[in-house]
Amino acid sequence: MSSAPEPLHRALGLTDSELDDIRQVLSRDPNPLELALYGVMWSEHCSYKSSRIHLKRLPSKGAHVLVGPGEGAGVIDAGDGIGIAIRIESHNHPSAIEPYQGAATGVGGILRDVFSMGARPLAVMDPLFFGNLDDARNRWLVEGVVSGISGYGNSVGVPTIGGELTFDECYSANPLVNVLAVGALPTDRLALGVASGWGNYAVLLGSSTGRDGIGGVSVLASAGFAGDDGAASIDDAKRPSVQVGDPYEEKRLIEACLELLDRGYVVGIQDLGGAGLVCATCETAAKGGVGMDVDITAVPQRELGMQAFEIMTSESQERMLAIVTPENFDAVQAVCDKWEVRANVVGHVVEPTIMTDGTSVGMLRIRNGFDGEVLAEVPASSLADDAPLYDRPRQRPSDLDAVRADDPTIDEPVGDAAADLLDLLVDPAWVYRQYDSQLFLNTVVGPGRDAALLRLAGPGLPASNRGFAISTDSNPRWCALDPKDGTALTVAEGVANLACVGASAKAVVNCLNFGNPEHPEVMWQLSESVDGMAAACDALSLPVIGGNVSLYNESGGRDIDPTPVVGLLGIVDSLVAPPPGWDWNDGDALVLVGHREAAGAVPFPLAGSRWATRRGRRGGQLASFDASRLVSTFNFVTAEVASICAGKVSDVTAVHDVSGGGLAAALAEMASVTRVGVNVAKLEGHGELFAEFPGRFVVATSDAEAFVARAIGAGVPVTLLGTVGGTRVHLGGLLSVEVSDIAARRGGALEGALELI
Amino acid sequence: MNYSVIVEVTLRPGIADPEGATIERALPTLGFSGVSLVRAGKLFRFSIDADSPENALATAQSLAERLLSNPVIEDAVARLDEGR
Amino acid sequence: MARIGVVVFPGSNCEYDAAAAVEQLGGSAELIFHSATSLGDLDGVILPGGFAHGDYLRPGALARFSPVMDAVAAFAAAGGPVLGICNGFQVLTEAGLLPGALQKNRGLTFLCQPTTLIVSSTRSVLTRAATLGAELVVPINHFSGAYTCDDETYASLVADDQIVLRYRDNPNGSRDDIAGVANEAGNVVGLMPHPERAMSSLLGSADGRVLLEGFVGVGAAAH
Repeated sequence: MSSAPEPLHRALGLTDSELDDIRQVLSRDPNPLELALYGVMWSEHCSYKSSRIHLKRLPSKGAHVLVGPGEGAGVIDAGDGIGIAIRIESHNHPSAIEPYQGAATGVGGILRDVFSMGARPLAVMDPLFFGNLDDARNRWLVEGVVSGISGYGNSVGVPTIGGELTFDECYSANPLVNVLAVGALPTDRLALGVASGWGNYAVLLGSSTGRDGIGGVSVLASAGFAGDDGAASIDDAKRPSVQVGDPYEEKRLIEACLELLDRGYVVGIQDLGGAGLVCATCETAAKGGVGMDVDITAVPQRELGMQAFEIMTSESQERMLAIVTPENFDAVQAVCDKWEVRANVVGHVVEPTIMTDGTSVGMLRIRNGFDGEVLAEVPASSLADDAPLYDRPRQRPSDLDAVRADDPTIDEPVGDAAADLLDLLVDPAWVYRQYDSQLFLNTVVGPGRDAALLRLAGPGLPASNRGFAISTDSNPRWCALDPKDGTALTVAEGVANLACVGASAKAVVNCLNFGNPEHPEVMWQLSESVDGMAAACDALSLPVIGGNVSLYNESGGRDIDPTPVVGLLGIVDSLVAPPPGWDWNDGDALVLVGHREAAGAVPFPLAGSRWATRRGRRGGQLASFDASRLVSTFNFVTAEVASICAGKVSDVTAVHDVSGGGLAAALAEMASVTRVGVNVAKLEGHGELFAEFPGRFVVATSDAEAFVARAIGAGVPVTLLGTVGGTRVHLGGLLSVEVSDIAARRGGALEGALELI
Repeated sequence: MNYSVIVEVTLRPGIADPEGATIERALPTLGFSGVSLVRAGKLFRFSIDADSPENALATAQSLAERLLSNPVIEDAVARLDEGR
Repeated sequence: MARIGVVVFPGSNCEYDAAAAVEQLGGSAELIFHSATSLGDLDGVILPGGFAHGDYLRPGALARFSPVMDAVAAFAAAGGPVLGICNGFQVLTEAGLLPGALQKNRGLTFLCQPTTLIVSSTRSVLTRAATLGAELVVPINHFSGAYTCDDETYASLVADDQIVLRYRDNPNGSRDDIAGVANEAGNVVGLMPHPERAMSSLLGSADGRVLLEGFVGVGAAAH
């Protein structure tokens, strides 16, 4: 251990070269407060400095895109004068330390992103990833995270309509807690986080400011949980201070902000998230090309003796920054009084400063009193936009070829297929029963199905018969083998899920959860994953309208498997009847829609499947992504289901996408919820039971002849699989299980693993 | 004078206490044996201006019964916080 | 047309849903902020679900002291129909307008799921249009929904036919499977399940209609 004190900039997470950049910007040495501001704003979490050069490769344009990446949330035009705002984020590291509050504040933060756009939050989804449940700490994390989402989301009054639940040893001690939120707004209420109008006020709304989460998100998200040396690097300055959420404050903040926007009282509005007040003030000023004076003494403080850097970087929850004209301030105050929300003028929008070279620069000035001493003075855009971008070294993992050669499709012994199937089935109902999934009377298809489907309705929205669908998808098993095609297939999986509820995919958001970007293999995975996402989105005409990157997800020195989470937003033009769901009937014919065999060399690849993973096989060759084989199938299934949603009579009684666990799991899930069995005459061997690749749907129909004719007419491959009925799931002589056994195993799997039953 | 007061709110005898029961069930698996009669409750701490300790306590008891507890299922007991 | 007031406490979140249900049944719904001191000319009042005052302290404990609650109590005393749904039921018990109390669920988790209710009495403003013994699928959505009361109160609930709805399969540990109770007169009713969430087969069930039809209808009759 060296006894020399660490230079301040390094303690704040800045490199020597970054310090030189700051000196260049200021033409002088920064003072400690200024260094702290750069430290948080140039952190990986706020600046995306390792990933931004890659993210530029994602398509983000579309005629229906109203707001693309870079604002609080992406917004699309859904028709009927309604915009839909969507955003996804991670709250991984806070949840690893304090699962209840970490997850709860994740929900609160994402909701503020959505209502800062003027949208009323209508739905939340939570993709969750934990280590295996034989470890007591992982069980504690599951219970804490789920109760945090439940406690905050239910109380704040936004339905949680689904998510994902993945268990893998790579997430042990570093769970991934992602959260996606959707809101809707009359398109004329769209608000942006821009400050303008010299003399206008910057008004801080909501909670008082305390020392919670000082540097929390920023420094935490950059410190990792690296085991021994990582623990040593978290000294007092970096020690995480857990933020505590208050859903009751947030509920009143939502109502107050939406009323302010409805009444046209604000010029711009932005939430306070990571890096708190410094982030909100410098970003709004930079976007508006204006300067801003911030008076730290005007910020309501929860604790005595707070320092300027603490006030500016605190991540206290449930706060918003609104830009308001002086004439409107009294009216703003009155609305806030009604909702019992605090409102204080903490900043003034000021003219940009004319520099000696003639350019005009909006300066962020931190002052002790509006007329008092200037404590810090830096160009707002240098904090918000000018963090250095890094093209970190990338390297294909040296063992990748060996991993791909170790293919379970080739040599994994076939065991007892019935036992294997039962082992794969997990009903996540224990999780989603804890979430209010029905508030606002919009939920047509709730959690636990292929995708969630909701009416597009809410207080203050124009009347509409449309619906919107949401799916979140990820497949770290695939992406570990091939981050490019794995990510592309994940996007396809999301589109397939939307098709099951009749929705046409309109936009993508992503949350890129990866390991340590200083490892060249991780940067290679990230870059490949972005390429795969770009390829799939280009091929399927999908704009990426927002995203989040979470790096340094590692535990004990091991990086997590690459975990890009894809959020898909789709629209159903007419939603007057529910889609068929999984409810097949005795006597229906069972049809497989889509190419029966995977694209690529192997017809039924088991690489990356749940079946192989359960047997400890993590290698092999993944199916290829081939959009030309997918598009007509997706369009056909979407149209079939959409016509049912529009109220038309159909012979289609059930639709389910074949995904995790393969065809066997898809059929078992349908049997489990209907308690009606199925008889499939012949399958192409054991591999077809458990192989995973998107583009296949199981459809039950009361009129096979008519259905097949429509499919052929649409140029879509179909295979007659068998008949629905009986009390057993009987699959081609390969396995035969009682439906009651399937239902019992599936229903009790999660609570059993959590040791709750 | 300013008096520090503590109010304890507990479920009345005979009212089911799933929280306490769950804690009690968990204890043996953590290696704590011989623990029984676990009851969960709430504790409030606040200060009262009053002219005597008796009056401080009476005010505390009154507000505890009116607001801090639900007399249908809970008992509330106020006491002076002698340590402060 | 029945005029139904829907009380909004800070933290309420089912007020729009309750109002939508009333309007779907031909009534008119009026949101009443918790600071109101009078109800105006109404035919019925709904205390909707949500988390009034964040459910801090106890569900309903702080809402009970809102100014509007004096007016609600006076309206109930005059025989006006009052319905508490979920958090509204908790508020009514805290305010002493209904007997008993709601405790945390037996499993100590929040529960949002469909339940099957059995109509146990039709002698209330909520169940008057339903059939005794009928089974209705209506969702629950609560953390503190286990109905509890002392033996004396329970005996009088049974004697006076005040238990209006029971769960077929008790989800939360409620005493005697109780899902909803009325006051002696039958004009004040509280239930934990959400009938306003069961108004349309598009959303899974329309079995809540018969309950709210009775409630909105009694208001219309009074008008």
